[in-house]
Amino acid sequence: MKFPYNEKVLEHFRNPRNVGSIENPDGKSTEGSPACGDMVSVYIKVDKDTKKIKDVKFESYGCASNIATGSIITELAKGKTLEEAKKIDWKEASDALGGLPKIKTHCSVLAVDGLRAAIQNYEEKHGLVKEKVSTTKKIVLKRLKHVMNPLAGLDLVRTNLITGVKVGKGTVEVTVDLSEEHQFANNIREEIVEKLESLWDIEKVIVDFTVKKNKKE
Amino acid sequence: MERETIYFDNAASSRMDERVLESMKPYFFDVYAVATSEFGYSLGIEAREALDGARTKILSALGNPEGKLIFTSGNTESSNIAIKGVVKKLSGTKGKHIIVSGIEDFPVLNSARSLEREGFKVTYLNVDKYGLVDPDELNDSINEETILVSIQHANQEIGTIQDIKTIAGICNKNNVIFHSDATHSFGRVPIDLSTLDIDLLTVSAHTIHGPKGIGALYVKEGVPVAKWIDGGFQEFDLRAGVENIPGAIGFAKTIELITEEENKRIKNLRDYLIEKIQKEIPDTVLNGHPEKRIPNNANITFHFVEGESITLHLDMKGFAVSTGSACFSKSLEASHVILGIGGDHERAHGSVRFTFGRFNKKEDVDQIVDALADVVGKLRKISPLKGKKRGKNEISL
Repeated sequence: MKFPYNEKVLEHFRNPRNVGSIENPDGKSTEGSPACGDMVSVYIKVDKDTKKIKDVKFESYGCASNIATGSIITELAKGKTLEEAKKIDWKEASDALGGLPKIKTHCSVLAVDGLRAAIQNYEEKHGLVKEKVSTTKKIVLKRLKHVMNPLAGLDLVRTNLITGVKVGKGTVEVTVDLSEEHQFANNIREEIVEKLESLWDIEKVIVDFTVKKNKKE
Repeated sequence: MERETIYFDNAASSRMDERVLESMKPYFFDVYAVATSEFGYSLGIEAREALDGARTKILSALGNPEGKLIFTSGNTESSNIAIKGVVKKLSGTKGKHIIVSGIEDFPVLNSARSLEREGFKVTYLNVDKYGLVDPDELNDSINEETILVSIQHANQEIGTIQDIKTIAGICNKNNVIFHSDATHSFGRVPIDLSTLDIDLLTVSAHTIHGPKGIGALYVKEGVPVAKWIDGGFQEFDLRAGVENIPGAIGFAKTIELITEEENKRIKNLRDYLIEKIQKEIPDTVLNGHPEKRIPNNANITFHFVEGESITLHLDMKGFAVSTGSACFSKSLEASHVILGIGGDHERAHGSVRFTFGRFNKKEDVDQIVDALADVVGKLRKISPLKGKKRGKNEISL
């Protein structure tokens, strides 16, 4: 039989390592969304003193290369310090897997991004962000580019669903051009909160919808 | 250790029936002349007779033995000739507007897109949640510049059968040429051109256990089609080139071998698969129309999991199916058909198409559903979406 992936990729696809979630993780992230295709969640437990990754787990809603990459990065990251783990890039993951088809780069990059985002999440939550830049509209929009618009398969920003961003003292207010009764409204709200609440100077995230419950379109 | 693949991708290509090969053999080794040599020697006459015999057989199956049928290299070419051939003849006189449905297969869809780039106006008709075109919307879309409507008979992915009788009637009333791509229905669903007023019809042998590389285009008498390939006068002076006589003979034999009982048996197997999946695997949805569908197609979305992962796992277990997932396609685009019926990307992503044929057995269905339950369960276990329950506050399905 012939397969579109090498034996090592297939092996990780068949028996992915470190699969699942971690309860009360020290850091976590979700990259991608069901709408754009692949989606990866990464959870990490970090040793407070050594800053080493004690445990790492991932979940994947994705194709074979996404699953295999998720598997290999958890193997690569386990036991490394956050600084070391941050440096794991797509090339290293792909090499460790013996190579991936070029067309599948996107799906595997997502898994690598997932690990980095989980580390970033940890650093933000634990006050380890070195450069404390005040949150601006630009920073918020950059983060919102990682929240998908399930209707279009692209992110909220590029599909013009974000009609307002207001950054106040410790708060950020985001307006989404949807009815709050829309089937995806709550999902989008949760995802926005998740992406923004870890910003070091933000305490409260308010998500507003342009169409209210009582005055439906 | 290797066993035969259990094949559920007959809409992509199918295993040829040995009897088809037997029927073709004499036209490789005994009657190997071309039909255009009929005035040169007797072998040419035999070739001509065989070719015309095959033509008549296929036309008879379509209910119009007196009609005109052009043999082509397959359905892609047939649809290209139909659309571009008509447009070439008529665009200078009538107008530059054509209408297709948004869920056409690529030969029609990309012919339309390529004409659009050349300056034609193209209307892509929406379909409802089952994949059906609204005849009223079609009627309203036709204007005095419209020269051609191309709407498939049955859909390549979800198997939905259009009401082509009504559609043909609308085109006829408005004096617009109507082409229908019947690649995925011919042989499996009756098409009777004596009661259906269709101008052009695309058919192919490759999905129904016939040879690859042979298809045909039915052209109603008087329908203007520009010459497609220059050269000799073959195929009614529309498509020059050495006739594929073995292919034509094989195509005719292919049609001869399909029986009503076979289509019934296939439909029962298909229904059994759908029922079994719905019973044994939670969170699935059938894509396409529950009744108005070809007997050999089932298309099911398995929520929370991605299609390419399903197909690869199944492949490793010896099953062949296809998926509408973006990851499966070279273009990384999700199925335009699933999106066209109002599905979101998640629905397209987890969709799996099962297409049946002559060689599928009941045990195959039992085995693939067992394998699916295992694979889908395994993938859901590692999916971050699995915890999201249905309901207002969660991902809506």
